[in-house]
Amino acid sequence: MSDENETTGSPEPREHGDRIIGTPSPATQRNLIVEDDEAPAPAGAGAELDEGEAKRAERVVAALFVLAFFASLGFMVYFVGWSGRHGGMHGLERTRESNMWLGGLMALAFLAMGVGVTIWVRRLMTSKPIIQERHEFSATPDDRSAFATDVLEGAQDSGLKRPLLRRTLLLAAAPLGLAPLFLLRDLGPLPEKKLRSTYWGEAVRKAQAQGRRGVRLVVDGTDRALRVSDFAAPGSMITVLPEGMEKDVPHEDVLTQMAKSVTILINVPADQFKPAPGRENWHIGGIVAYSKICTHVGCPAALYEQTTHHILCPCHQSTFDATDAAKVVFGPAARPLPQLPLAEEDGYIIATADFPEPIGPSFWERG
Amino acid sequence: MTETTAGATAVKTPKAVDGSLNWLDDRFGSTGFFKRNVKKVFPDHWSFMLGEIALYSFIILLLTGTYLTLWFKPSMIEVVYDGSYQPLKGVQMSEAYASTLDISFDVRGGLLMRQIHHWAALLFVASIMAHMLRVFFTGAYRKPREINWLIGIGMFTLAMVEGLFGYSLPDDLLSGTGLRITQGVAESIPVVGTYIYMFLFGGEFPGTDIVSRMYMLHILLIPGLILGLVTAHMMIMWHQKHTAMPVKHQTETQVYGYPFYPVFMAKTGAYFLFTFGVLALLGAFAQINPVWLFGPYDPGAISSGSQPDFYMGILEGSLRIMPPWEISAWGHTVTLSVLIPALLPLGLVFGGAAAWPFLEQWITGDKRLHHVNDRPRNAPVRTGAGMAMVAFYGILWLAGANDVIAERFHVSLFATTWFFRFAVFLGPLLAYIITKRVCLSLQRRDADTVAHGVESGIILMSPEGGFSEKHEPATPEEKVVLLSKETARGEAPAVDANGIPAPSSKGPIGHLRSRLQRAWTFDDIPVEEGHGHGDGHGNGHGDGNGHGDVSERKNPQQIGH
Repeated sequence: MSDENETTGSPEPREHGDRIIGTPSPATQRNLIVEDDEAPAPAGAGAELDEGEAKRAERVVAALFVLAFFASLGFMVYFVGWSGRHGGMHGLERTRESNMWLGGLMALAFLAMGVGVTIWVRRLMTSKPIIQERHEFSATPDDRSAFATDVLEGAQDSGLKRPLLRRTLLLAAAPLGLAPLFLLRDLGPLPEKKLRSTYWGEAVRKAQAQGRRGVRLVVDGTDRALRVSDFAAPGSMITVLPEGMEKDVPHEDVLTQMAKSVTILINVPADQFKPAPGRENWHIGGIVAYSKICTHVGCPAALYEQTTHHILCPCHQSTFDATDAAKVVFGPAARPLPQLPLAEEDGYIIATADFPEPIGPSFWERG
Repeated sequence: MTETTAGATAVKTPKAVDGSLNWLDDRFGSTGFFKRNVKKVFPDHWSFMLGEIALYSFIILLLTGTYLTLWFKPSMIEVVYDGSYQPLKGVQMSEAYASTLDISFDVRGGLLMRQIHHWAALLFVASIMAHMLRVFFTGAYRKPREINWLIGIGMFTLAMVEGLFGYSLPDDLLSGTGLRITQGVAESIPVVGTYIYMFLFGGEFPGTDIVSRMYMLHILLIPGLILGLVTAHMMIMWHQKHTAMPVKHQTETQVYGYPFYPVFMAKTGAYFLFTFGVLALLGAFAQINPVWLFGPYDPGAISSGSQPDFYMGILEGSLRIMPPWEISAWGHTVTLSVLIPALLPLGLVFGGAAAWPFLEQWITGDKRLHHVNDRPRNAPVRTGAGMAMVAFYGILWLAGANDVIAERFHVSLFATTWFFRFAVFLGPLLAYIITKRVCLSLQRRDADTVAHGVESGIILMSPEGGFSEKHEPATPEEKVVLLSKETARGEAPAVDANGIPAPSSKGPIGHLRSRLQRAWTFDDIPVEEGHGHGDGHGNGHGDGNGHGDVSERKNPQQIGH
């Protein structure tokens, strides 16, 4: 690619750049009055500089560069002198102050320099627009066929035509591509039945081993087991977890277990509650428990509207009816929220078994 | 102006420049390359800077991102926060979240860098989108630039994933919710979904591995890939030369503009400074992603109005408006209500964009090289299809904020969902029809301007007393722009001189191609000189329509070989 630069006879400043095509051109029509309409092009100063103009532009650009210099200097001075006063940053207030000073000065430095360079280009650079040829990319047919001949010759010379050689080479190469994938096997455990149960099941088993009927419910964030009388007011909703989970589960596993077993407890008016067939005794006078994990893509369905008894997931607005076995009323979720069987024991609310089905989003093996 | 390179003795080069150039030249023979490229011409148009914004945002992302890695700890080990942000003192949280708070409140300038980084990420994706639309609507992806178009789509895809991983790293409540959705989507994939989920998270959600894994992908693998693609993108652009807008001096065989050195170099340098300056301004004064307000991740908690970064909005919207469809059979479940929105819209946008240049070539049969861009109006089907895609994307994007819309405009949430369920199909259709009509009307006006000139504003009174406006012929510069429209080529002849059907028109595929080609060209309006009604008789009658008889059609000139 040899680009011969040739300067055009008449540098065509793009003076019509901003005008809508089809409207009359001011330049061609009224040349009686305005001779200087052909003055500086917006994209460059043109070949000739007016010395006075240039001097002025130079001073403006220099002033902007000096401003940028002082802004950077200010940044450093502020950083060293002020941002760390009285032993460093102290929370929100100081952070806000230093963020504005540092960012503001940094922006000023960049922008002043940017404006300066722009004015320089537009007012002081005398380069003329030029024309270059666009060359064809493709080689000549002769070159192409010569190259093809070379390739074929190479294949010939190398003995690549021998089938045994070629096939065994492919055979050797194929597993080389696959073998590294095996190393990825240990990225995680196999799914097995992990998604089918939650910690509620294990907690119930532990409680039953101690001779109780089921596990008590504790309010998320506390250790206090919940009594029926604590939750008597219709219309209320809280988030509960199995009692003892945070103590019994290894520390790093708490969030993971919580992500599956987090449950909402709702007190719906008993007269409006329609228990699902076979679940007539899963509630305590309208107190019901559903998995909090939305069956759509797993956000916590955390909003409860007392008047309509709707449970709403704030992520994608799947809506479930709390009075009707958490059936889907609206939105993209395809399944009701799984229900946790409840009972009363010694005045406490207890769960008597795990969720009867996998909680959360659907998956291939779910069935 | 050192035009006289041959008589270079006349020009005194400073020793420092001369010396180092010679030092390099002795070793690489580089001066030949420099000489060929130092004055490389760059055609000018405001829209050509959109890609530059993307490039500079990426550089700023690398700079600020490197800074952030000095303090960020990609670990999910639970610690008790003891930094200078009082409201969270003593709270249990992951080390990732704690170190994000430290960067914000205990590293001087840390919050600024975090905010610039996040703003630059948004600007990066936004400018990629704008750049891509510019390239599409001007047909700049046409031969020989298809590969660079595909590279661009690759970078766009990577940028989205990169952004998702980036804003998931701080492990705050909002980003954890985003991860939870990512997990739910992964789980929904048929056959291998649960395996992908377990292998990605190293066990069940959230586990303890995901942050460090995303961190590696976010700071090493994906930026490395993007950097490689950026380099290829730029080298191809440099080698093929930039496309030009159809203005005077710009033709298929020559390019007109200011030289790389010094003009373009200075301008693009200034542009980097502007991009950084504006991002610094945003970082200083516009709060973004205040993770300290959200608190640490808790799988049982959520805040309403949870929204991802804007470029994930299309996925969010698709998930929201999907009806609850699910198939369960033979002990297996396929969740269409997750699978379709997760794969289909972006698949359509990216797949459609990637296939388009080849589809267009196949339909129009145009295999020539193109260096001068089309004006969008001159390719109505392309422009219409592009606007349909914009409408499709935009409607799904808006649907991602249907709760905000419902709340702000006091309409029922379910009503907004139903509106979007219909709009996503009707909107693109309407956009296509309207855009195509607008394009054709603009073509008509162009034809009219070429034939009759432009209104001069001068009213003439004829001897009979009638008034008419004088029309001036369009200026040569305008004519170059107007006449850049190539009259659409008619259908390829279905039969040759001997009545043998052309091979390309046989069979159902050939038939489809002919149909599509007719749809592409049938309402084309020729914009040509030479068959107006003479100029200057200025009664301005508006018959701009279709006075192009087929015999006179301008033959598209054959470029290339």
